[in-house]
Amino acid sequence: MIRSDTNELLIEVRNLRKYFPITKGLIVQRRVGDVKAVDSVSFKIKRGETLGLVGESGCGKTTTGRTLLHLYQPTGGEVFYSGVNLEDLSPKEMRQMRTKLQIIFQDPYSSLNPRMTVENIISEAMVYHGIVPRNQRRARVEELLSMTGLNPGYARRYPHEFSGGQRQRIGIARALAMEPEFIVCDEPISALDVSIQAQVVNLLKQLQNSLGLTYLFIAHDLSMVRHISDRVAVMYLGKIVEITSSRSLYRNPKHPYTQSLLSAVPIPDPSLEARRDRTILEGTVPSPSNPPKGCNFNTRCPVAVDVCFQEEPPLELCEEDHEVACHLVTTKNTPTSSE
Amino acid sequence: MHLIHSNYLIDKRDLLMALLEVTDLTTTFHLKAGVVQAVNGIDFLIEEGELVGLVGESGCGKSVSMRSILRIIPQPPGKIESGKILFKGKDLLSLKEDQMRNIRGKEIAMIFQDPMTSLNPVLTIGRQLTETMEEHLQLSNEMAKKRVIELLDLVGIPDPKACLDRYPYEFSGGMRQRAMIAMALSCSPSLLIADEPTTALDVTIQAQVTELVKSLQKDLGMAVIWITHDLGVVARLVERVKVMYAGYIVEKAPVEKLYSHPKHPYTRGLLASLPRLDEETSAELETIPGQPPNQLDLPKGCPFAERCSYQVEKCLEENPMLEEVEKDHYSACWEKDRL
Repeated sequence: MIRSDTNELLIEVRNLRKYFPITKGLIVQRRVGDVKAVDSVSFKIKRGETLGLVGESGCGKTTTGRTLLHLYQPTGGEVFYSGVNLEDLSPKEMRQMRTKLQIIFQDPYSSLNPRMTVENIISEAMVYHGIVPRNQRRARVEELLSMTGLNPGYARRYPHEFSGGQRQRIGIARALAMEPEFIVCDEPISALDVSIQAQVVNLLKQLQNSLGLTYLFIAHDLSMVRHISDRVAVMYLGKIVEITSSRSLYRNPKHPYTQSLLSAVPIPDPSLEARRDRTILEGTVPSPSNPPKGCNFNTRCPVAVDVCFQEEPPLELCEEDHEVACHLVTTKNTPTSSE
Repeated sequence: MHLIHSNYLIDKRDLLMALLEVTDLTTTFHLKAGVVQAVNGIDFLIEEGELVGLVGESGCGKSVSMRSILRIIPQPPGKIESGKILFKGKDLLSLKEDQMRNIRGKEIAMIFQDPMTSLNPVLTIGRQLTETMEEHLQLSNEMAKKRVIELLDLVGIPDPKACLDRYPYEFSGGMRQRAMIAMALSCSPSLLIADEPTTALDVTIQAQVTELVKSLQKDLGMAVIWITHDLGVVARLVERVKVMYAGYIVEKAPVEKLYSHPKHPYTRGLLASLPRLDEETSAELETIPGQPPNQLDLPKGCPFAERCSYQVEKCLEENPMLEEVEKDHYSACWEKDRL
C-alpha cells in the first residue's frame, strides 16, 4: 500500500455533531428532542490511508460519513480537508471541492438511476463540472469501466442488466470519474455475496494503490475491516469509543464494547469456535434520542462501575496511537470482562 | 433424545430414524423469460435432533428447497417438478392441502430472514403467537396465552406478560426475531427450518440469537436446518453442512471436515476468500472469478466449471454426481481427488 512519506493529514474531523430534530404537531412543529446520530466525533485520516469505521446499525457511522462530506449540514464541529475548513467555503467553492470528495453507497440496487445508461451515470458529474471535454467523455467512461474490471462495451447498457457486484463496480467508476482524493466507502460490500465481496475489496485496494486514494471505509463486518484498514474507529451510539491501528485494535482491544464486539464475530473455523470464550452482550442499543446518563455503553457493559453512570468518559490516549473512551482504561489496566 | 447419552448405544446413526428424507427434489419457476431451474434434484437426510447447516450464496436454491419441503412456494409460477419428501415416513408431496396444514407450524416450523416483514404489523404479538396454538393444539385462548408467556420467557424476552399487547413495531429487530422463534416453537415442532434468521441482525444480537437456538435445540431435542451464507455462523453452530451452488448440493460433510479439508473447489474458494478476524491477511484476498451461472440457462456440464481453477475437459461435458470421498464426506466434482 502506498503511504505518503510526508504523513500529510488529509482529513481532520473535530467534534463533528449531527442531530436530527424530533418534532411534534402537524402545523406548528415544535421541537421536542433530538436524535443524536453523531455526537462529538473527532478523528484524523492521513493521505493514502484507510480508516475503518465500525459499529452496529444505528450507531451513526453512515451519518458520520455523510456529514463529513457535508451531504448533511453538520449541527456543530468542523471538517478540515488538507487544512481547509469546509465550513468556510462558499456554496460555489464547496461544489468544486466535492469533486475531491466522493462516496460509494451501500446498496448497488438503489444508488443507480434505472433510467440512465451506465455511460450517463458515470459521466453525469463530469458533464456538470466540465472536467472532461465532450469529445473525450466516451473514452474516459470506457477507461473507467475497464479500470473497475468491467467490459468497456457495457457503456450503453442499463443498470438492471448487471449483477450486484457489477453494479457496485459502476458505483466505484462513478466515484472515480471525478478523480477524487478521498472516498467515503459506505458499506460497499455488505449487500454483495461472499464470493463477490472479495473481488470488490481487492478492486478497492488495487485502486488505492494505483491512484493514491484515501478511504473512510464504513462497515459492520469486522473481519473485512481488519483486512482493508490501516486504522479502525469503533462507534457506539453516536460516539467513537476506541480508535487505533488495525493491528492493535484486534490484538489488544481496550474498550469493553470492542472486546465483546470482536468476540461476537464468528470465525470460519469450527475447532477454533468450539474453544473460544465468548462475551455475549445482553440487551440492545439504547435509543439515540435518549442516551443514558454517563457512559453510553453503561446499560450493556459487563464491567461498569459507579462512575460510569455519572460521568461521560472522554476519548483519551492510553497508549501510543490508541485512544479509548472508558473510565476503566488507564495506561496500566485493561478491563477484563467477568466471563 | 436423552437416550443418546447412555453407553450401550454404539452409534446413534444406526438407531435413530431419519426425520426427513428428501430424494431428487426438483423445483422450477416458469417465467415469461423461461424456466428458472432453482433446485435441481437434490437429496439429503435429516436425523432427529441434529443441527444442520445449508450454505450458499443468494439464488443458489437454499431457500426454495426448504420452502418446497413445506410446499409454500407460490404455485404458479413455481412448480415442484419431481421428488419425494419423506417426513416421519409420510410423503409430504402427496398430502392434501388440509393435511399439509397440520404439518406446517406444528411438525415443521420455519423462521424467516427478515423479522421486520414476517410479523403482521396490525396484530399484537400475543394474537399472532396464540393463533398457531389455538389452531393446531386446540387450546383455549387463555391456555394459549399462558403458554405464550412461557415461550416468550424461554426465548429471553423481558416482561413477557406486557409484551402480549404490544405491536411488532414496538420491538427491536432482535426482539422480533425472538418473538418469531417463540412462535415457531409454540407447537413443539420436531424440525425447525431457520432461513437466515440472523442475517438482518447486528453481530452482538446475532450472537445472542445463535446461542438461543443452540440451547433450545439441545433442550427440546428438535432438529434444526440453519440456512445461511455466513460460513462463520456455520462454524459456530452446526454439526453437518451442505453446500449449495446453482440449485445443486455440491458438497456435504461434518463441519470440521468441511472446513479443514474442503473437497469441492467452490467451498474451497469461499473459505479462502474470507478474511479472518484472528489472522493478519495478505495484501490481496483470494477470489472466485466471475459470477454464478444464469439459472434460466444452466450450462451442460458442472455449473461451477466456468469459475473453477481445477477445470478439466470433462467438467464442461458432464455434471458430476455427489459421491463419497471419504466417510460421511461427499463432493460433486470430477477432480475431487486432486483437492
